[in-house]
Amino acid sequence: MTAVKILGSGCAKCKTLHARVQELITQNNIMATVIKVEDLVEIMKYGILSTPGLVVNEQVKSAGSVPKDEQILAWLKEG
Amino acid sequence: MITCGIVRFDFIAITMKQLSTVNKIGMVVLFLPIWIALYLSLDQLTRFIVHSLLSMPEDEHLTTAVFFFIYEVPKVLLLLTLIVFVVGIIRTYFSPEKTRAALEGKPLFVGNVMASSLGIVTPFCSCSAIPLFLGFVEAGIPLGITFSFLIAAPMINEVAIVLLFGLFGWETALLYVLMGLIIAITSGWVIGTLKLERYVEEWVYKIKSPHVSINEETLTINDRIDRGWDAVKEVVGKVWIYIVLGIAVGAGVHGYVPENFMASIMGKDAWWSVPLSVLIGIPMYSNAAGIIPIVQALLGKGASLGTALAFMMSVIGLSLPEMIILKKVLKIQLIAAFAGIVGIGIMIVGFIFNAIY
Repeated sequence: MTAVKILGSGCAKCKTLHARVQELITQNNIMATVIKVEDLVEIMKYGILSTPGLVVNEQVKSAGSVPKDEQILAWLKEG
Repeated sequence: MITCGIVRFDFIAITMKQLSTVNKIGMVVLFLPIWIALYLSLDQLTRFIVHSLLSMPEDEHLTTAVFFFIYEVPKVLLLLTLIVFVVGIIRTYFSPEKTRAALEGKPLFVGNVMASSLGIVTPFCSCSAIPLFLGFVEAGIPLGITFSFLIAAPMINEVAIVLLFGLFGWETALLYVLMGLIIAITSGWVIGTLKLERYVEEWVYKIKSPHVSINEETLTINDRIDRGWDAVKEVVGKVWIYIVLGIAVGAGVHGYVPENFMASIMGKDAWWSVPLSVLIGIPMYSNAAGIIPIVQALLGKGASLGTALAFMMSVIGLSLPEMIILKKVLKIQLIAAFAGIVGIGIMIVGFIFNAIY
């Protein structure tokens, strides 16, 4: 089971990333849980400087951008 | 035999990769002359459309307005596309993480200059202001230096620069950038000197966040071109409507508002117009795209450059939504000090320009 977290409170890209990740998970039948983290203190625990942050199995994968689909998928599968 | 096959496969893969790189650079090289040709022929094209196709008479209010609109909209959009593309590529070489690392341990004044300059090129969205602020404070970067970054980043942005360049000329665009830098540097320096750290919410200093290193993506030139193009889609897709509307209103002003109409309200003899413009500008949150064309039109009707500049800077640089976001980490006194110091800086710029021109 892959644990995915989307870090970010309400920015446009945060919503985009959240939607992308969920769509990729359903499309590819990946066993994963997706949690959207909006609490600032909680977000800062991951040490990112720009949102959205993408965390797969407690590892920060990206910050401040919506990565390409292939890239997200690769991270989801390796996790 | 198998090894041979693998080698061959790798070889093909490499050439394919090189080919697509060449392709994307080739595309850029191909588009550039088309862009230049379009840009240079805009004047003739507009003349042809207005005078020949629509056969509108010269020197009439409506003709002036229509000409202005048909000429300026494609011109500004062309400029915007090119500049946003180039800036988008430049920004792939910067990140908030790198900027933070560069600012760590820098003394006050040097830090303010660096933070303001990096604020222009570092990718930044005001929706990320809080994580960035917390991350800077956590790394021990002084408050004043952090503020220099937070002032410069939204105020000096590529959309504002493009519109100023396209509608006012390069001199005004350059002035805006220089004045924006000076305001960001001095305001940050003043905030740092006043030692306002106690007006940051206490919990901010208790945060312990790990300095995770997100594995630096290795970007090829292809990826960077892609990012530049993504930036074009995102920025132009968002602001084009404001540009069209702003220029439409500007065109109306050009055609119908009488000369010197604005002289008594925004002229240089009305000294109070500078502080008034700043006061009106702070709560206004219009993006640069909508406001600059209108201000440009007013400039032709007797408004003075200093007043116009002060108005634009306060609209773009100081925004209510950003202050509301910052309220989560700053006490009201510090937000007031921030708005007050930057506001005074903008007023000084306005007065100086009204005195010079």
